[in-house]
Amino acid sequence: MAEKVLMKGNEAIAEAAICAGCRHYFGYPITPQTEIAAYMAKKMPKIGGCFLQAESEVAAINMVYGVSATGKRVMTSSSSPGISLKAEGLSYMAGADLPALVVNVQRGGPGLGGIQPSQSDYFQATRGGGHGDYRMIVLAPASVQEMASLTVKGFDLADKYRMTAMILADGTMGQMMEPVSLDFPEPEKVEKPWATNGTDMAREHNIVNSLFLQPDALERTNFERYERYAYIEQHEAMWEEYRMEDAEICVTAFGIASRVAKNAINEARKQGIKVGMIRPITLWPFPVAPFKAAADKVKSFISVELSMGQMIEDIKLATECKKPVYLCNRAGGIIPSPDEVLAAIVKANENGGDL
Amino acid sequence: MSQTQFLFSGFGGQGILFAGKFLAYKGMMEDRQVSWLPSYGPEMRGGTASCSVILSDEPVGSPIVTRPDVLVAMNLPSLDKFESAVAPGGIIFVDSTLVERKVQRTDVTTYYIPATKMAADNNLGNLANMIIVGKLLSVLGEYDADSIATTLGKVISARKANLLDVNRTALQLGADFE
Repeated sequence: MAEKVLMKGNEAIAEAAICAGCRHYFGYPITPQTEIAAYMAKKMPKIGGCFLQAESEVAAINMVYGVSATGKRVMTSSSSPGISLKAEGLSYMAGADLPALVVNVQRGGPGLGGIQPSQSDYFQATRGGGHGDYRMIVLAPASVQEMASLTVKGFDLADKYRMTAMILADGTMGQMMEPVSLDFPEPEKVEKPWATNGTDMAREHNIVNSLFLQPDALERTNFERYERYAYIEQHEAMWEEYRMEDAEICVTAFGIASRVAKNAINEARKQGIKVGMIRPITLWPFPVAPFKAAADKVKSFISVELSMGQMIEDIKLATECKKPVYLCNRAGGIIPSPDEVLAAIVKANENGGDL
Repeated sequence: MSQTQFLFSGFGGQGILFAGKFLAYKGMMEDRQVSWLPSYGPEMRGGTASCSVILSDEPVGSPIVTRPDVLVAMNLPSLDKFESAVAPGGIIFVDSTLVERKVQRTDVTTYYIPATKMAADNNLGNLANMIIVGKLLSVLGEYDADSIATTLGKVISARKANLLDVNRTALQLGADFE
């Protein structure tokens, strides 16, 4: 195993992207993700890559569109308000079936909000953010190691399915340092026969475009895309189950909230409370299978979030509303403490599963 | 299972984040599970800095330290803010050059180190942070010259190799302080 290094989550994303063969980064600074751009600015020129600080987020995402159309691996990163600005470009890339990695290191919202960690862009990430019928693969790292490994995975998935993969992190994940191993295999060469990378006068020219004025043609692209999405829902969901074997209460949390929840679960277990956790690693596709199975066993679910409860809808859909889903949350940049989560677990346990 | 939660706090520029990073790196070199989390919010922009460090034999859950076993307070606002948060039986290290008051808690152990003055007297620039870390390591029984040398080699970039010696001196000075 390669030597571990102590790195910030943001830096781990940047280094992992380079390992994955990404040589083009376009961005615009915003707290708390600026280290990604800073790292790229330092590294890219030394390895023949391109770092460009665009004049705005809108410009950056359109540069991503351009490079992606040529078949190269490309990324951008921002934080919540910046991702809103990129939403138009995300929709255009979906419409043109272009792969890319987009990183959102979330901060409190709405509006300019604050600069402290948040998970309140869940809807924006899992429901699209931009206009039209489309999806993004959404990966939610809960450690610096996962910031790196899910970045590599994100590039692979994006290329495989010709769509955007988003890393949905938060300020804590971006700013914290943990040991990380960056021992990734060489990226496999992905054939992109659709890329606009020169015909050599040997083939018809390719067109990358999201404009389809004929409704039947546009409908066809939508139906084809949703067949791909259905396949992804069946095959690409990722999750971690924690102490679920005999659990009567199921905590659900991703990212930093899952780290806090683990402390609370261990403390509750010491008090004899049978509680476990399902941690979604992909938020889209949402890991339906483990929730479906848990719904037949547990008394209730507690969603621990740094938002007003945006994930609850997905839990209810996955469990077909068989069991109540409660919310334990903080918002605006505040992280629930392990004690707050523990209190919710204890209360649910005392009330036979009800909060 | 052993886990120690540290909170370093002081003014920006006192090397708070570096002190925490050094400790986290040392833990990692010793194959322990570690996390390091800086404050980066509005309080940082107001001039105070803090960072959470956890050293553990188990995977680290939440990286946020709310009830530190060990508090390093390098200025008065930090002591005022975090004294009450320290776990009962915990340890507080105070830079007594800059913090004139005593710790009020009676259920914790306190070490007063005039670190800023010691750094000035010994021509160690702004290494009061490492003087305190030296004392901290010796109190915890984790002062080990070899491990310290290896760790410093990792956290100080080759470009700044001239800083290795002063850091080692500062750590030693702190460890020797009675």
